[in-house]
Amino acid sequence: MLALLWIELNKIFRRPRTYIAFGAMAAIVWLIQLALYFDGQAYVDLLLSNLSGSFEFSDLFKTQLLNGYLICFVILNTLLIQMPLLVALVAGDSIAGEASQGTLRFQLTRPISRAQLIFVKFAASVVYVLCLLLWLALLALLGSVLLFGVNDLVVLRSTGIEQMQMDDVFWRYLAAFGFAAIALTTVAALSLLLSVLSENPIGPIIATMSVVLVFTILSEMNIPIYDTTVKPWLFTTHMVAWKGFFYVQADAEGATVRGSVENLPAVLRSAGILLGYIALFLWTSIYLFRRKDILT
Amino acid sequence: MKKFLLAFTLLMGVVAQAQTPEELVRSIKSKLDRVSNYSATGKMKTNVIFLKAPIAKVQVYFRKPDQLRILNEKGISFIPKGSMNMDLSQLFIDPAGFDLLDLGNDKKTGWRIIKLLPRDPVSDVVLSTIYVDAAAGLIRRSSTTTRENGTFELEMSYGTYAEYGLADKVIFSFNSQEYKLPKGITFDYDDGSGKKSTSTGKPTKGRVEIYYSNYQINKGVPDSVFR
Repeated sequence: MLALLWIELNKIFRRPRTYIAFGAMAAIVWLIQLALYFDGQAYVDLLLSNLSGSFEFSDLFKTQLLNGYLICFVILNTLLIQMPLLVALVAGDSIAGEASQGTLRFQLTRPISRAQLIFVKFAASVVYVLCLLLWLALLALLGSVLLFGVNDLVVLRSTGIEQMQMDDVFWRYLAAFGFAAIALTTVAALSLLLSVLSENPIGPIIATMSVVLVFTILSEMNIPIYDTTVKPWLFTTHMVAWKGFFYVQADAEGATVRGSVENLPAVLRSAGILLGYIALFLWTSIYLFRRKDILT
Repeated sequence: MKKFLLAFTLLMGVVAQAQTPEELVRSIKSKLDRVSNYSATGKMKTNVIFLKAPIAKVQVYFRKPDQLRILNEKGISFIPKGSMNMDLSQLFIDPAGFDLLDLGNDKKTGWRIIKLLPRDPVSDVVLSTIYVDAAAGLIRRSSTTTRENGTFELEMSYGTYAEYGLADKVIFSFNSQEYKLPKGITFDYDDGSGKKSTSTGKPTKGRVEIYYSNYQINKGVPDSVFR
């Protein structure tokens, strides 16, 4: 199995298009960092415009607010919505790509079961997801911290502000990246499932993008009838639960409770639902692939 | 002995009551005038309905006539608008600029209530009310209404530095404006709990408490602090 996984990883990382995702991410992260490095004050002014009636903000405050932790949070907000599309580029290609090149039948002549092949393809996609996230962590977290330094993290929500002390932030990023790995693995599993159904890689890639896009729009829309019926079951609703690690508990007087998460059970529930989706997509992929006529 | 103490207390009360508001304000001002600058370490607790902030270690700097700066030693602190009013010497820069109105003693605390009405018709301060512990010559509570920034209230507890009129604990209440950002900007995570936000979206009272622990009085404060 490990040898097979190694072969799959070789296939993925020898393809030049694999690196499109890494390049695109680097471009987005650097563009955001560059913009905030030179014009961060304007961005901070925009963020704080709603608060200027209650608080006074010195230049020092604004500089401290615009620190590496905040920049990383802004980047994750932007990128973790787009990253599923980059994951689909590789996972959607895994079976359908082989089918279109005519190498799938040849692969199955080797002494491995179809379920094993699906597992290996899935594992390779997971490794790819982890590499993407590691790359993102290096660029967005480490890069921003080196460029902007660290300070307390202030997260703006629609109805409130969360402030965390700087030494209470790093573990939250570790947890958030861990959660993002589960979220993106869900997309990889969906893409793999669609890949099993197709003979051409373009189909599953576009289908994954469409599903993620439609579900994300549904998740973000505030339509009461969907709020309790549809939204709780869309995997895209739970993919943003990484933000839960940046929502903190407060005591009776409004002071942040160090090391706390406002609603940890909800975040864990979201992780559980995503893991359930991964299992469902993977099981369905194996079920369908076992019954599939491999003609190419 | 007990009788003597009782008589002494009553006498002090009578003497205090006998002071005119002008005399009281003068005695407070002379106490505050002994401080031309100070720095102090403190613990700051912010309580605003839409803000969750950690308790911060702060350094407070003051320099006459009207410079006050609160700096977080290791992080960020949201400083309320009008925090300058945390220092009462502000009020007494020019006591002649106010008409004083004696409202007698507060029934519960016995503190003298004096209203300060600015003579300048375009002054930012519309009205100030101070509650004075006449026996100790200290302001215990104040309420200041401004044209631009609403009403500020101060409550002070004194200890070691009472002789300088500097409080050990200050509670500063202020008007906080409504806060709301569109969800399209924040992309909030809805945890499905259906829990309503504590924020009403309307102006409410915010509160900042500072517990001072170590004053450095008249030792100088560098210009760089106020830049």
